[in-house]
Amino acid sequence: MNYYDILFYLFAIITLASAWFVVTTRNVIYSAFFLLFTFFGVAGIYVLLAADFIAVVQIMVYVGGILILLLFGVMLTNKITNVDIKSGTANLLSASLLTGVLMGALVSVMIFTDWKVEPAEIQTTTIKTLGTMLLTDYVLFFELLGILLLIALIGAASIARREKE
Amino acid sequence: MYQFFYDLTGNVIISTIAVAVVPLVNILIVALIGVYLERKVSAWMQDRVGPNRTGPLGLFQTVADFVKMLQKEDATSTEIDRKLYNIAPVLVFAGTFASFAAIPFSKHLIGSEIEVGLFYILAVSSFVVAGILMAGWASNNKYSLLGSMRAAAQIISYEIPTAIVVLSMVMLTGTLSLTQISEIQTAHFWNWYIFGGPGLALSKFLLIPFMIVGFIIIFISTLAEVNRTPFDIPEAESELVAGYFTEYCGTKWAMFMLAEYGNMFAVSAIVSILFFGGYQSPFGYLGNTLGVSWLIPLEQVGWFIAKGWFFIFIQMWLRWTLPRLRVDQLMSLCWKYLIPYAIVNLVIIGIISLL
Repeated sequence: MNYYDILFYLFAIITLASAWFVVTTRNVIYSAFFLLFTFFGVAGIYVLLAADFIAVVQIMVYVGGILILLLFGVMLTNKITNVDIKSGTANLLSASLLTGVLMGALVSVMIFTDWKVEPAEIQTTTIKTLGTMLLTDYVLFFELLGILLLIALIGAASIARREKE
Repeated sequence: MYQFFYDLTGNVIISTIAVAVVPLVNILIVALIGVYLERKVSAWMQDRVGPNRTGPLGLFQTVADFVKMLQKEDATSTEIDRKLYNIAPVLVFAGTFASFAAIPFSKHLIGSEIEVGLFYILAVSSFVVAGILMAGWASNNKYSLLGSMRAAAQIISYEIPTAIVVLSMVMLTGTLSLTQISEIQTAHFWNWYIFGGPGLALSKFLLIPFMIVGFIIIFISTLAEVNRTPFDIPEAESELVAGYFTEYCGTKWAMFMLAEYGNMFAVSAIVSILFFGGYQSPFGYLGNTLGVSWLIPLEQVGWFIAKGWFFIFIQMWLRWTLPRLRVDQLMSLCWKYLIPYAIVNLVIIGIISLL
C-alpha cells in the first residue's frame, strides 16, 4: 500500500461516512454541513484521479454555489430546529423494491464493466484537452447546456420578481 | 518546492509536511505584521502615536497579544451548538491556508505548482463562506447569525465581478497557472498587464485603459470579499457587535483573525500577480547585472512581498478613510455597476486580444 492508496482510502472514508451522516442525522443544519465534507472527499478523489479541473469545479460549484444556497435556504426557514423532521419508515415495500433495483443496476455495472486496469499515462494538466474537446467535438452539448442554464436563470428571476399590481 | 524537499530528505511524508508548513508560517508572519501595521496606520491617520511600549516602536505588541490570546480561557456560552462552534474557525482558517498553497512567492517558492492555480484559489475561498455561516449559526446569537448571513451574501456576490475580471485575464494570458502568468510579465515594468502586457503591438496600447478598469473592479471586489471597510457590514461594530465572531474568544478568535489577515494578503497577491507582474522585478534583476544567479530568487521574494504589502497598505488606507456602505448600497454597487462593467470589459478585452 503506497501513499496514494492511503490518501484514496482517507478520502473514500470521508466521503462515505459524511454521506451516511447526511442521510441519518435528524438535524437539517448538520446534514447540510456534512454534505460539505462529502463534496470535499469527492473532490479529493478527483485529484487522485489526476482530474484537477474537475476537482476544482466540484468545489467551486457544489461547495461555493449549491451548498451555500442550501444553507441560506435552511437558515432563512423559520423554526427549523423545533420541527420534528419525519424520517421514519413509510411505504416500505415500494421503497425497498426501487432502491433494490437501483442498487442491483449499480452493482452489475461495477461487475460487468470492462475496466481498464493497466496504469494510464498521467497527464499533468487536463484543461487544454478539456477546453479543446468542449469547443470542437462536444460544442453542441456545451451550447445546449449554456442555453438550459440561461433559461433556468431567467425563470428563477421572473419567479422571484414581484409584479406590481 | 515539493521536489526540492524530496531531493533534500528523500522522504515523502517529511517533504509533504515541510511544503505544508511554509504557507502556515507565511500566514502567521502576515498576521503578526498586519495587525501591528493596522494599528500604526490607523494611529497615523488619526494623528495618534499607536503602540509604542512593547519593544522598539511597539514592534513586539502583536507578539505579546498573540501570547496573551493563546493562554486565554475559552469562555463559551451554554446555548451554543458546541460541535459546529468548534469546527467553524478551523474551516475558515483551512480555506485561507489552502489558498496560500497556490501562491507563487518566487518562481520556485510555491506550495503546489498546479495548472489550475487561479481557479483553485477562487474555489477554496468558498470554504471560508461555509465556515462563516457555520460560526454564525453555531453561536446561537442574533448578531452572529445576521453578521454571517451578510458576510456570506457579500462574499458570494462579489465573487462574480472578481471571476469575470479573472476570466478576462485568463483569456489574455491563455493559462490558469499563477507562475506562468507571472513569467509572461517578465523583465521590466512596462511588460506588466496594467501597462498592456508584453510586446509592442498596437493592442498593447489599446489594452491599457481596459486593464485599469479591470484592476479597479477586481480591487474593489476583492476588498469586499475580505470584509474590509468600506465593505465591513458583516462585522460592523456599531450595529452587530463583532458580527459572526461575537461569541468567540481566545485561540478560536485568533484563528478568525489569522484567516482575515491571511485573506488580505492572498487577494493582494492575486491582484499583484494578475496586473503587476507578481514576483517579477520592475527594473530587471540585480542578480543578472552582477552575474550572481542565487540573488534572483531572493529578489523575487522581496518584490512579491513588497507588492503584497503595498496593496495591504492601500486596503488599510481605505479602511481608515472611507465610511461604511449600507447593505442595499453594497448590493447595488456589485450587481448594478461592477458586474455590467466587468462584462463589457471582458468583451472588449476579448475583441482586442483577437487583433
